[in-house]
Amino acid sequence: MPTPLPTGGQTIEARGLTKQYGAKRAVDGLSFDVKPGQVTGFIGPNGAGKTTTMRLILGLDHPSGGGVAVGGKPYRQLPAPMREVGALLDARAIHPSRSAYHHLLILAQSNGIPRRRVGEVLGIVGLEDAAARRVGGFSLGMGQRLGIAAALLGDPAVLMFDEPVNGLDPEGIVWIRKLMRSLAAEGRTVFVSSHLMSEMSVTADHLIVIGQGKLLRDEGTSEFVQSSLERWVRVRSPQLAELTTQLQKAGARVRPGTDQSIEVGGLDSPAIGDLAAASGVTLHELATEHASLEDAFMDLTHDSTDYRASEPAA
Amino acid sequence: MTAASNVDTPGVAKPGYRPASFTDALHSEWTKARTVPSTRWTLITAAILGIGIGVLVSGLTAHQYARDTASARSLWDPTALSGAGLVIAQLAIGVLGIVIITSEYATGAIRTSLAAVPRRGRFLGAKAVMIAGLAFIAAEIITFAAFFIGQALISGHAPTASLSQPGVLRALIGYGLYEALIALLGLALGALLRHAAAAIAVLVAIIFILPAIAGALPSSMEHTVEKFWPTQAGQQVTVVGSTSNELPAWAGFGVLCLFVAIVLTAAFVALSRRDT
Repeated sequence: MPTPLPTGGQTIEARGLTKQYGAKRAVDGLSFDVKPGQVTGFIGPNGAGKTTTMRLILGLDHPSGGGVAVGGKPYRQLPAPMREVGALLDARAIHPSRSAYHHLLILAQSNGIPRRRVGEVLGIVGLEDAAARRVGGFSLGMGQRLGIAAALLGDPAVLMFDEPVNGLDPEGIVWIRKLMRSLAAEGRTVFVSSHLMSEMSVTADHLIVIGQGKLLRDEGTSEFVQSSLERWVRVRSPQLAELTTQLQKAGARVRPGTDQSIEVGGLDSPAIGDLAAASGVTLHELATEHASLEDAFMDLTHDSTDYRASEPAA
Repeated sequence: MTAASNVDTPGVAKPGYRPASFTDALHSEWTKARTVPSTRWTLITAAILGIGIGVLVSGLTAHQYARDTASARSLWDPTALSGAGLVIAQLAIGVLGIVIITSEYATGAIRTSLAAVPRRGRFLGAKAVMIAGLAFIAAEIITFAAFFIGQALISGHAPTASLSQPGVLRALIGYGLYEALIALLGLALGALLRHAAAAIAVLVAIIFILPAIAGALPSSMEHTVEKFWPTQAGQQVTVVGSTSNELPAWAGFGVLCLFVAIVLTAAFVALSRRDT
């Protein structure tokens, strides 16, 4: 059991959250809870509305409909917001001629956070040696670490990270993964967006999947992986037409495969083999294929992708 | 002892920190202002213009006094001469007010700032108090420096002004108050327009161009426009004497205060309603 925080966990609650920009509905009736004590992955293709949702949570944008609260209150009404919610949105959105130390000091002062905490968070993200340097000269990864330091300043119960691994090297990615896991283990609410399914599958306990502003899935990562990794069996036979009829009668899903084969879903290979034997159909190949999680995610969000490359002509 | 008295009341536990205050926001705004080089450079520019031009005008005009006619001598105003640079320095002060907010929009830092201080009134109010205070102090330093150096140069060539003469101290304090209002006007325009170039254009129009255009109006209208134009009226507080054509010092300053209050209110409404 994780040690509970002194302030108790805080939940992010979105209810019918909607944001309309002109003719485009960026966020479309989203309802979800982000719970304490776990890492919740917020995942969808680019342009799905993840950043807009996070801006709505922070009260930066006004919802066109519905609402969202943190710990039962709209963000703008929190008495000391950085003590309750730490957010990394756009790490580059910093005045470039200020030092890292001053950037954090300004944020700390605005919420009555003691000055010594600035040094502490610089230590946590490994930027002590860069404290006096101008932020404008920071690499993308250093900027990202500074943004994470800012989020941690108020020791908040809720943390939100928008695409935190962007620009981080492999070492940095492992570091932030561990950081998020440990923050959740302390009982904090950790809400992290990504467009990379593979990244989220190893970091998140729970997934909220959106596409074109709409909620597609809201379930545990293991459930999502289970349900997504449906196996398809590739079958070759000189009597494909007859076999297809028999398979469909047995309730299997059949789709054309490459090079005179079919792919069968809903039946495993022994069952297909038995069915073929019982119908007197000769099989030339029977092979189980594993879909990747990334494929499953692309299938799920395919219809809701705004911008995608057209399939290359075969 | 009843069971109820033993029951903890969950949910009412006080958080382990105090709520953030206006003073916290003000403290943060001051740190913002002093940790970017643009603040220093804008103030140095204001000082060079304000003191330099005031001293130059005082020195040059003093030597002219001996050749002036009696009617020209009756308009002799040594306080206005040493304060002449403040008319130009107000541009730098106004730009300081503009940049203090437009730089946040330009860099995107506005989102970080408003996530830290989500109450729009507190955010804008802290910026306003900080910039008005900074502009007032800077303008007073410039004003008094220009005054003492200017009067020293005039001394021996023409009558000088001194703090004990009626209206002189009020005029010198008035320069600081006027510049504070110009800084606030800059802040309000910057918050409304979000782009430095646009806000500077509007500020220059308000201070210099529109009053100049009023000169093309028929003279009766021209007088009314000049009398009540906010920045013209506001400058009366920096004038030692008074003329029958202009509003009295504090009434004129009141007109400027009202105008700036309206633009600031518009900026607050825009900041509250707009997406960031």
